[in-house]
Amino acid sequence: MEALYREAILDHYKHPRYKGHLENPDIHYHDHNPFCGDELTIELKVENDVVVAVAFDGRGCAISQATASMLMEEIIGKSLTELKALDKEYILELLGIEIGPVRLKCALLSLKVLKAGIWGLEEWPE
Amino acid sequence: MQSLPSTADRLNTIRRDFPILQRQVGDQPLVYLDNAATSQKPAAVLQTLDDYYRRYNANVHRGVHTLSEEATQAYEDARVRIARFINAPSAKQVIFTSGTTAGINLVAYTWGRANLGPGDEVLITEMEHHSNIVPWQILREQTGFTLRYVPITDEGLLDLSQLDQLLTERTKLFCFTHMSNVVGTINPVRELVQAAHAVGAKVLVDGAQSVPHLPVDVQALDVDFFVFSSHKMCGPTGLGVLYGKRELLEAMPPFMGGGDMIREVKLSGSKWNALPYKFEAGTPAIAEVIGLGAAVDYLSAIGMEFVHEHEQWLTRYAYEQLSTLAGLRILGPGPEQRGGLIAFTLNDVHPHDLSALLDRQGIAIRAGHHCAQPVHDRYGVVASARASFYLYNTPAEVDQLVVGLAQASSFFG
Repeated sequence: MEALYREAILDHYKHPRYKGHLENPDIHYHDHNPFCGDELTIELKVENDVVVAVAFDGRGCAISQATASMLMEEIIGKSLTELKALDKEYILELLGIEIGPVRLKCALLSLKVLKAGIWGLEEWPE
Repeated sequence: MQSLPSTADRLNTIRRDFPILQRQVGDQPLVYLDNAATSQKPAAVLQTLDDYYRRYNANVHRGVHTLSEEATQAYEDARVRIARFINAPSAKQVIFTSGTTAGINLVAYTWGRANLGPGDEVLITEMEHHSNIVPWQILREQTGFTLRYVPITDEGLLDLSQLDQLLTERTKLFCFTHMSNVVGTINPVRELVQAAHAVGAKVLVDGAQSVPHLPVDVQALDVDFFVFSSHKMCGPTGLGVLYGKRELLEAMPPFMGGGDMIREVKLSGSKWNALPYKFEAGTPAIAEVIGLGAAVDYLSAIGMEFVHEHEQWLTRYAYEQLSTLAGLRILGPGPEQRGGLIAFTLNDVHPHDLSALLDRQGIAIRAGHHCAQPVHDRYGVVASARASFYLYNTPAEVDQLVVGLAQASSFFG
């Protein structure tokens, strides 16, 4: 049970940080993984290119939701420019676990939503 | 409850026939409960595949040399045995495809395109696998018929209360599954075929989940088209069968064009080959067909009645045991009306997480929508977990599943 669901991940799943909504967010993006039903909304308030408030909402597997919670903690105070550079490796380091190709999609959902929101996409390009 | 039809000895003997069942997953013995996705293969099938490539691999129907003769003989002999397995009147009515999905598409693009237009209706059901929904949606855009569906009850049975309004003289084709891969429901094929024929509609039945698990007689069922896959019935992947009534297959235009499906090719035009070759363009999956022949021999020797009884017992047992778990919701009817699979949700625990935790214990189940989103929509869930059984699964494996689920529930609770 340990390897995939280490303490920190389980904690973030059961007690998510920054779960909720922002009044008048500057950035708002929603996406879902239709294959399994993981879905996620991320909202940001930005001042001078820096993230000053965050919120996420969604439902789905422990990996997708815990990662979202962990990611929210990390991005406060960072600039949008910095966030645009975040990648898969960043998420994997954040999670600190080995993850196979199937669950990787779950782990990357929040990053995908974050980046789509920051880049101002209408829809994720196929 | 009566005891399991298989004695412990018999079950062990069967299990020993399947080499993969000896493997470990991490440091746990494999508990394979994902048979609706694909089945494991007995040594007899593996040896047949190996033997083919070692001893007599050659292209079929062409060569006059010894290897080709042997390969052709084995290939066509397998076709005969496969035809017998489903009691098809003739091996000429057994068309090899790349799978159930390909078979349904073949019917859609040949029979469908020639026979369906505006004003016509095709009737499917809410419990279908995507392979028996999407081809009809695609064809509808091309030829303009109306697609309707039979709803399902809360219990997971087809809601036949309005069938006479759905199945009318406008209905040209009624497509439905013999056994649902999500709710497990075994549908009353014979009765539905009779109802369809009474209004002049043809019937296509998806037997992907039924042929591997219970005796099927296409003549007794009187189906017009019947499709199934090799890999779900102890056979190799990449292969399926489309059975059709003779007069329908004769009248249908070909599907793919190329070698083998022609009798004569001139630049000005070509003449189609006879059945079954009209629908088998190109070099076939020779090894796979011969392998499926071996699978059919294996299952016949064990007896499909026995396979069915074993699974019915196991499913009844699993249904009872799973029902003891608080917060576990089974999708579909009780054990008397279902085949050997159970899809369920467990409180708010995401099926992915359930699957991952069970995998830690060597238990393989499936999580997701199982290529059947509409039936999940019907139950108001996006995804479910699914355990599916076959002739080599044991009551002890069911017990492990239940224990694992209880642990998962408290882990995430």
